[in-house]
Amino acid sequence: MSAGITTPGLRLDRLPRRRRVNRLMEVLAWTAAGIAIAILGVVVYSVARKGASELNLDLLTKPPIPFSLTNAPQGLANAFAGTLVIVGLATAMALPVGILVAVYLNEFAPASIRNGVGIVLDVLNGVPAIVIGIFVFGLLVVGHGQSGFAGAFALACLMLPLVARSTMEVLALVPNALREASLGLGIAQWRTTLSIVLPQTIGGIVTGTILAVARVAGETAPLLFTSSFVGTQTNWDPRHGLQSIPVAIFELSESPDPKDHARAWAAALVLLLFILFASLGGRWLATRSRRKIAAR
Amino acid sequence: MSSAQASADAPRRPFTGRRVRFGDLSLQVVAGAAALATTVLVGLIVWKVIDGARPALSKYGLGFVGRIAWNPVLGHELYGAGSFLFGTAITSVLALILAAPLAMGVALFLTELAPRVLRAPVTALVETLAAVPSVVLGLWGILVLGPALRDHIEPTLHSALGFIPLFGEPGSGSSIFTAVIVLTIMILPIVSSISRELFLGVPHELKEGALALGTTRWEMVRGVMFPYARGGVAAALILGLGRALGEAIAVTQVIGGGVFIKANLFGTGDTLASKIAASYQGSTTKLQTGSLVYLALILLVFSLAANIAAQWVVRRVAHRHGITRGGHA
Repeated sequence: MSAGITTPGLRLDRLPRRRRVNRLMEVLAWTAAGIAIAILGVVVYSVARKGASELNLDLLTKPPIPFSLTNAPQGLANAFAGTLVIVGLATAMALPVGILVAVYLNEFAPASIRNGVGIVLDVLNGVPAIVIGIFVFGLLVVGHGQSGFAGAFALACLMLPLVARSTMEVLALVPNALREASLGLGIAQWRTTLSIVLPQTIGGIVTGTILAVARVAGETAPLLFTSSFVGTQTNWDPRHGLQSIPVAIFELSESPDPKDHARAWAAALVLLLFILFASLGGRWLATRSRRKIAAR
Repeated sequence: MSSAQASADAPRRPFTGRRVRFGDLSLQVVAGAAALATTVLVGLIVWKVIDGARPALSKYGLGFVGRIAWNPVLGHELYGAGSFLFGTAITSVLALILAAPLAMGVALFLTELAPRVLRAPVTALVETLAAVPSVVLGLWGILVLGPALRDHIEPTLHSALGFIPLFGEPGSGSSIFTAVIVLTIMILPIVSSISRELFLGVPHELKEGALALGTTRWEMVRGVMFPYARGGVAAALILGLGRALGEAIAVTQVIGGGVFIKANLFGTGDTLASKIAASYQGSTTKLQTGSLVYLALILLVFSLAANIAAQWVVRRVAHRHGITRGGHA
């Protein structure tokens, strides 16, 4: 703390220099914020400009044609269907478990277990997505082959800590007076939890889930080893490997064919729009529901 | 039936005392099982990754970690993590060096400088940057950023600073440098949003006290806010580092690949995560698969270490603040 308030650094004769340093730092902070916004702007602009030309109904409805030499319309119907199935299944797996974990930690567990499992959730959140992919590869794919189900399980591993954490946050906002009033009326704790406390948090759970879905819908790494050997036909059956939008973008981006790049940009635009819309909307809903609970 | 009626009636059921209700017990058991399953899941991840790496672990032992080799040709198979460790270290450390001052600037802007009208929208935009999927960032990196860096930035840096081996001959656009920039973009929003919250938590009376002593705003930031938030910022940087270590997809797309250690930032390379992701189309032998999983194991150890270090720092700081706050109150 050389320039701190404890040192005789606040010399008045140095004031012009100190003011100049202050001014410089302010300009640097403005510049940093400008750079961050500019990066977002450039990325979104590139994706929008390059993706818009291929963005049409064919993209959603037509299957891809590998090594196509003609200009026949082709799309990524299989990837859109696959992403719907995989993300839907992952949500169905992670949501109930995540809510139950949060309920246990917030309503039942003693402090030591709450801290311990809290660390476990943070650790799970910190495991790189590619390692989750390798884990599910070893657990479900070796010996059984890739499947949409395995991909969904990998995404569910990523969603679980997100859902549990956001549910815990809203559960902690529910005033204790509500629980005490319910218990005081002789209502059992399980009914208090399920029909008094949890309904208060529906808004928060929904927004937490939206944010988690937005986060995993763009994940590629966990799907590479679990659901990437796929056909070009649209398939809704999670027992087979399913194509997904992120994996399709990844494969197309490594292709030398400019036509493939165009479709990669279009798919990226759809994915980006969905994710930006979901995460901004989710964030807006989150602040709203938090205010609502806190106002009670 | 309302509860008021119930209480007006004759006591419907005797006071249950400490008898455990069946419903309570079952909810507790089901919810507890979910918490237990989560814990088991983390253990299972560690075990499965160790188990999958076993062919390489038993053949190479710890020698794998330092060896620079990746030769899948049958009969000449030899694998090692050396060059990938180098790639991981150089990309994530450089990304952290670039992202840290930027993130501090953004966080200070959002907490101290931004006009009220800009505060909420800029905060939302920075968090939106965190929501951009890595595969989209990688697509942008390989098709837009890489060529732009190759044509404009890399030749300039090479001609100005070419005497330093780091700034060597520009290559194809797929380079370690491109990966560093992409990683910087990915960890910037993480570090800045955590730092922003930490800066918001600095007590007003401390900041106002410093300003009242005649400090400039920057001296207040340096003398009061940074020391107060130091531990938390360190934790945020560690978390950012963990994120950079583990990022696979975007790095695979832009880094180009290669099993060698060269000081040239503008050449290609590979990181642990990118090597795994790049090999997704399958491996030919058990030993190769085992070696890939071994890479994942090293990555898992690093990210767990980063995570635990960050939590330890946070806990220590919270403890210290708890004491000083309690003392003053």
